[in-house]
Amino acid sequence: MLRPALIAFLLATPAAADEIWVTNEKDDTISVIDIDTLEVTRTIPTGQRPRGITFSKDFSKLYVCASDSNAVEVIDPESGRVLHDLPSGEDPEQFALHPDDRHLYIANEDDAITTVVDTETRRVVAQIGVGVEPEGMAVSPDGRIAITTSETTNMAHWIDTETHELFANTLVDSRPRHAEFVRDGTELWVSAEIGGTITVFDVATQAEKGKIRFAIRGVHDDLIQPVGFRLSADGKTAFVALGPANHVAVVDTESYEVEEYILVGRRVWHLEFNGDKSLLFTTNGVSGDVTVIDVARREALKTIKVGRFPWGAAYRPTGS
Amino acid sequence: MRRFACLAAILCLAGPARAELAVNLAYLRIDVPAPPVLSNLDPVPGDLGLAGAEAGLADNRTTGRFLGQDYTLEAITLGAGTDPLPAARDALARSRFLVLDAPVATLQAIADLPEARDAILFNVSSGAETLRSEGCRANLFHTLPSDAMRADALMQFLTVRRWTDLALIAGTHERDLALAEALRVSATKFGLKLRGEKSWVFDADMRRNAAQEVPLFTQDLPAHDVLLIADETGDFSRYIPFNTWEPRPVAGSEGLRPVAWSRVVEQWGAAQLQSRFRKHAGRDMRPEDYAAWAAVRTIGEAVTRTGSTDPALLRNYILSPEFELAGFKGRPMSFRDWNGQMRQPIPLVQETAVVAMAPFEWFLHPQNDLDTLGLDRPESTCTRFKPES
Repeated sequence: MLRPALIAFLLATPAAADEIWVTNEKDDTISVIDIDTLEVTRTIPTGQRPRGITFSKDFSKLYVCASDSNAVEVIDPESGRVLHDLPSGEDPEQFALHPDDRHLYIANEDDAITTVVDTETRRVVAQIGVGVEPEGMAVSPDGRIAITTSETTNMAHWIDTETHELFANTLVDSRPRHAEFVRDGTELWVSAEIGGTITVFDVATQAEKGKIRFAIRGVHDDLIQPVGFRLSADGKTAFVALGPANHVAVVDTESYEVEEYILVGRRVWHLEFNGDKSLLFTTNGVSGDVTVIDVARREALKTIKVGRFPWGAAYRPTGS
Repeated sequence: MRRFACLAAILCLAGPARAELAVNLAYLRIDVPAPPVLSNLDPVPGDLGLAGAEAGLADNRTTGRFLGQDYTLEAITLGAGTDPLPAARDALARSRFLVLDAPVATLQAIADLPEARDAILFNVSSGAETLRSEGCRANLFHTLPSDAMRADALMQFLTVRRWTDLALIAGTHERDLALAEALRVSATKFGLKLRGEKSWVFDADMRRNAAQEVPLFTQDLPAHDVLLIADETGDFSRYIPFNTWEPRPVAGSEGLRPVAWSRVVEQWGAAQLQSRFRKHAGRDMRPEDYAAWAAVRTIGEAVTRTGSTDPALLRNYILSPEFELAGFKGRPMSFRDWNGQMRQPIPLVQETAVVAMAPFEWFLHPQNDLDTLGLDRPESTCTRFKPES
């Protein structure tokens, strides 16, 4: 824990470099990593059990799912202070910010509901019934489709963002965790933790068009549990966090074949790039640290100690 | 938005408005009175097992809603004195999927009914070895771990810790004797030494006497690292810890317990299942609840993936490598095709936390290391389960 005087000093110092913000699920804090020095420069208290984390488009506001406080907290990134809470429904786990920069789509894990919140009026706009244990959330780049994945129902639920109604429900493998639109929104990728796969959907037809599978020598298949993933700047390569397999897979997004595996910390869940996507930061829950990967060389550079159970990560440019 | 409207129209036809598949399950329970126990602290819940089946049903229904599948569950409870077969026949007339909480002989008798021939039955109450071996039935699956699986989980842990010398105190009920036998067999399997055994035959009230009696009772046990206790009804075992002659940890039915499930399991997303169950039942989820939940979810998962309610087709799917059930214990669960037992990790728990999760990585297996727990293919003498083999 930082002493108050030290916090005051750090807060008074203008941020020197771009940052990666990491939620620590079992510490109720955010660790802020300076991308130049690769060190933690600030530790910011949050509500209980912080998980999903994302910035507004202009990076003036930070949204954090404080799951056990049943709220989304809006934090001023400069001061680290909580500005106010947003109504989020019970047990918010993950969310996605609509391209309009205004509406948050929130998965309420305990309630089988997706909540849509207007961050300006701070009101709930809609609640949509989905499968058991919703978790992954994504909004298409054109803003017309929102996706919720449900962990026990094993589906991706396709939500029309205009009517807030489901227009398709597609089965995926066991325990879907994370969803993302890729290739300018023409493909939807959904990772399945227990199934050990990523299912690729054609967005226009909602039909399955591919499946990514993983195999690491010396690691039992059951332990290969894909969760978070990110695509490189040119969109040709995907990096997939494989949970208790303690590796990040490097996947060719054309052939869906795995090119290699990078050893990182224990139980790796989510990933975030720096601004030019030359560095990749992974949250390693069990070892309580963040691995920094050199994207071009596909090598782990450094391990940075953060709080207990790091969960999500978000990039913040500081303009310097 | 036109495209969405069209899609919505198409999906409406196939969607929640019309149930394409109706899946009726029945839960049949024989209400066998539990033997008296010394303490009244932990009464057996009246809805033990059933509440788990109901929680599984709720999960199935939520999923079914999006696929035009409707699930129902009929609960039938019979007194111990009544003949269960007419009720079972009656239930089988309405449902091809039976979840059974009954003694071994009753499970076998129901499985042997001509009406049950092509049905899928789940044993959610008995860990008896015979049901997974010579006394198995082709239509009877088991979601509760066998006594051997629990014993092996514990012995693996003791091996890892190198606590190799054991002593055993066993109660006199049938289930105590069965667990004691499983512990003996498992100790041999893992090369541990069972140095001494005693049978618990006290009739004094241990709530007052434990501190005087138990030290003396355990004084003549040979030297041991761990004291095992087989007391499946929870009669006397709670009075053993801290009252032993030598300061020794206690394991088995008390102390460090190998179980299918416990309220202290919180990782691997388990916290969500726990809170769903607590909301539903108003109490913590127990092993029998978990077994019933897994049985109902197995049918749900198989119906969802195959789009069929044909029991023969579902049976094949459940036994195929494609079948996976996410059971909140960190890895996919499946069924052994030689005796219908559900493969599952076994948490070793104490009162307030999970101590460890079996199997342990040092115990290797050519196919699936979950099969280092319980009767592996060559060990089981079950020949009826897989007719073609």
